[in-house]
Amino acid sequence: MSPGYDVLVVGIGGQGTILASNVLGEACLIEGRPVKGAETHGMAQRGGSVESHIRIDGEYGPLITPGTADIIISFDLLEALRYKHYVRPGGKIVANRHFVVPTSVFVQGAAAPTEEEIRARLGDVGLCLLDAEAMAAEAGSPLAANIVMLGAASHFLPLSPDSLRKAVEKLVPQKTIEINRKAFDLGREAGAGCRE
Amino acid sequence: MSKQYLLGNEAIAHGCLESPVDFVSGYPGTPSSEVIDILRVQGERGYHVEWSVNEKVALENALAAAWCGVRALCTMKHVGLNVAADPLMTSAYTGVTGGLVIMSADDPYAHSSQNEQDTRCYAAFARIPCLDPSTIQEAHDMVRDAFALSEEFGLPVLFRPTTRICHSKGDVTLGDVKASTRVGRFVKDPRQYVVIPAHTRILHKKLNEKQPGIKRRLAESGYNTCSVKGRDAVIASGISATYVQELLPDDVSFMKIGAYPIDEAWLEEFVRRHEKVLVIEELAPVVEEVVRQVAGCVTVHGKKDGHSPYEGELSPRAVAKIMESAGIRPKIQFVDADPLPDIPPRPPIMCAGCPHRPVFHAMRKVFRDGIYPSDIGCYTLGLQLGAVDTAICMGASVTVGSGIYHSGEESDIVSTIGDSTFLHTGIPGLLNAVYNGAEMILVILDNRTTGMTGHQPNPATGVTATGEATIPVSLEAICRACGVHFVETVDSYDLVGLETAMKDAKARPGVKVIIARQPCVITARRAGIKRGRYRVDPDLCTGCGLCVKFGCPAIEIAGEKPHISDLCSGCGVCAQICPFGAIAKEGRR
Ligand code: SF4
Ligand code: SF4
Repeated sequence: MSPGYDVLVVGIGGQGTILASNVLGEACLIEGRPVKGAETHGMAQRGGSVESHIRIDGEYGPLITPGTADIIISFDLLEALRYKHYVRPGGKIVANRHFVVPTSVFVQGAAAPTEEEIRARLGDVGLCLLDAEAMAAEAGSPLAANIVMLGAASHFLPLSPDSLRKAVEKLVPQKTIEINRKAFDLGREAGAGCRE
Repeated sequence: MSKQYLLGNEAIAHGCLESPVDFVSGYPGTPSSEVIDILRVQGERGYHVEWSVNEKVALENALAAAWCGVRALCTMKHVGLNVAADPLMTSAYTGVTGGLVIMSADDPYAHSSQNEQDTRCYAAFARIPCLDPSTIQEAHDMVRDAFALSEEFGLPVLFRPTTRICHSKGDVTLGDVKASTRVGRFVKDPRQYVVIPAHTRILHKKLNEKQPGIKRRLAESGYNTCSVKGRDAVIASGISATYVQELLPDDVSFMKIGAYPIDEAWLEEFVRRHEKVLVIEELAPVVEEVVRQVAGCVTVHGKKDGHSPYEGELSPRAVAKIMESAGIRPKIQFVDADPLPDIPPRPPIMCAGCPHRPVFHAMRKVFRDGIYPSDIGCYTLGLQLGAVDTAICMGASVTVGSGIYHSGEESDIVSTIGDSTFLHTGIPGLLNAVYNGAEMILVILDNRTTGMTGHQPNPATGVTATGEATIPVSLEAICRACGVHFVETVDSYDLVGLETAMKDAKARPGVKVIIARQPCVITARRAGIKRGRYRVDPDLCTGCGLCVKFGCPAIEIAGEKPHISDLCSGCGVCAQICPFGAIAKEGRR
């Protein structure tokens, strides 16, 4: 496979996947490593399923090929399932244990999937589940859930936690630096349990 | 010089600042919009920047600026170039003195578009140069240099990044931002700028005579490169070149095309040194056609013999498959990995509290068997509510409505169009419908902004691209001036008001206009408007499900009964829908 490390960040438009991918990109710049990425913009941002590809040490195109991602960071459990085929054999999925039921399910009166069903279908991939909302709330703002997720995933990324922290501090709004710092650390603590 | 992690469009905007640019115009369209959105918020600006009302208007403005000797950039999405095609084709005849760069962003796979047309074909049609970047760094460098190329040739230059350039990110090395000292001066020259037949025949000849020189110059530009490695070769263009480079075996030659028109002699020299050449490019077989012309008895593979698709976007996996099919073994062997089946889809939807939703709701109630032509904008999502029957291009809701009427169709025709789209190309259609005696209703969904592309202001908003106050145009006055007698303005959140206006309109002859007005929820939230939150009283709720069918994403089902989540923006429409008075503002009652 390619020599770099491929990260797929997925979620729902509005959950802050773009900020998360910017943090990864910025951390690469801090470490002086090449990086490429691709993301969903435009109409799909209106509550649709969104994805950001980040190729750490990427020299070529920005797209990750299904079956080759080293890690998926998912802000919504159902989205983790939608993109599961992207992860390579032996790869990791770090996911929020909560999910939003798509509105179409309600409108059509279909049965909503349950957390147990989704977990069963995610099967035996290296899964790391966490309660991002609760930790973000503990850190001081529900908006920091994306940074919690990055903290948890930081154990598996080829970037030093220090570079990631610096990148977070550079990119989040000035007033929220403290909250996001805490969110990152809470996530990192929770993610430690996922390492074999 | 500095290195930054940037979105393609940010890098492109920076390239323009380095050039530097003097005049910027465009119309928003995904994936091109961020370039102007960045240029319009720069603190110290040495250039004019505007959101024009449509692409034709934008290009004519930019062309005139370039005639005056300054550097002009005009941005749009690929289908916008259709609107601007009229000035485009003749601007190649008149030429320019200052550099004119027309950025037309293509969207292979139609991520956010109505078709997958290829801007490179327009460049060939107009006989002007076209630059097609393969990386973000190259996009930055190309746009910076494109102004000088335009001045050198005296021609507009098309710059054609695709979605995967505009909306990709990468580490980009940037140059310094420069301040311009150019001031526009119009030098009269009727033989150049007045294209009467006697002048234009000569201008056409001159344009044709420029072609060989352009090809030779572009062959040396550094954007078209090659390296000979073996008997087989792959030629690729745009972003697909990077996919090929990742997969190319060491003994296969490679050519990358980034600038058009291609110099045939240079291309032939490369092609003839091989036994087999595979051409990989997205959309139209632009490179492949030239390769086939010069190939002689060299075997050429590509779209025309079925190895590569004409539609959609390419990816590393797609490129690997094309290479395998053409007998070139890619360096990486991908295993097929497909999505799991039966995962409930999550398409984009109108926001909680979107003012378009109640309008569609009322429309479907009053005009049960109506025909609903619609247009291009967030409201095209009304398709999910069964309230959109047609959408083809900007402004066509009105014209499709009048066309259906004149075909003899007797159902009620209710067209929907956004404020920005109405001002873009809707007005001539309305004028035409009135003039030619159509019977129809036009609902203008007036949310005071250009929502879908990122909330750019328009002439009805009352501010310019750079945030200066300007006179907001009156949609009512425009409609009346077009000859419409029935023009009613209603609050989009007032279901009774909407239904009353629609019933009134239904009873009248001719062309009727209803303006449903309420700011986009996203801009309203940014402006600090807080309406509180609504909640369902479980004691009053009977579980009938009517509010759920309305489709607001804030209304979820928790057990038997609905529950309103914190996505709620407080529009209050669901409270008007509930027949049992079970929904009310939080804190009331
Ligand atoms: S008031 Fe009702 S319809 Fe409006 S946003 Fe809230 S839940 Fe949705
Ligand atoms: S419309 Fe009213 S009664 Fe019916 S489900 Fe919704 S809240 Fe309950």
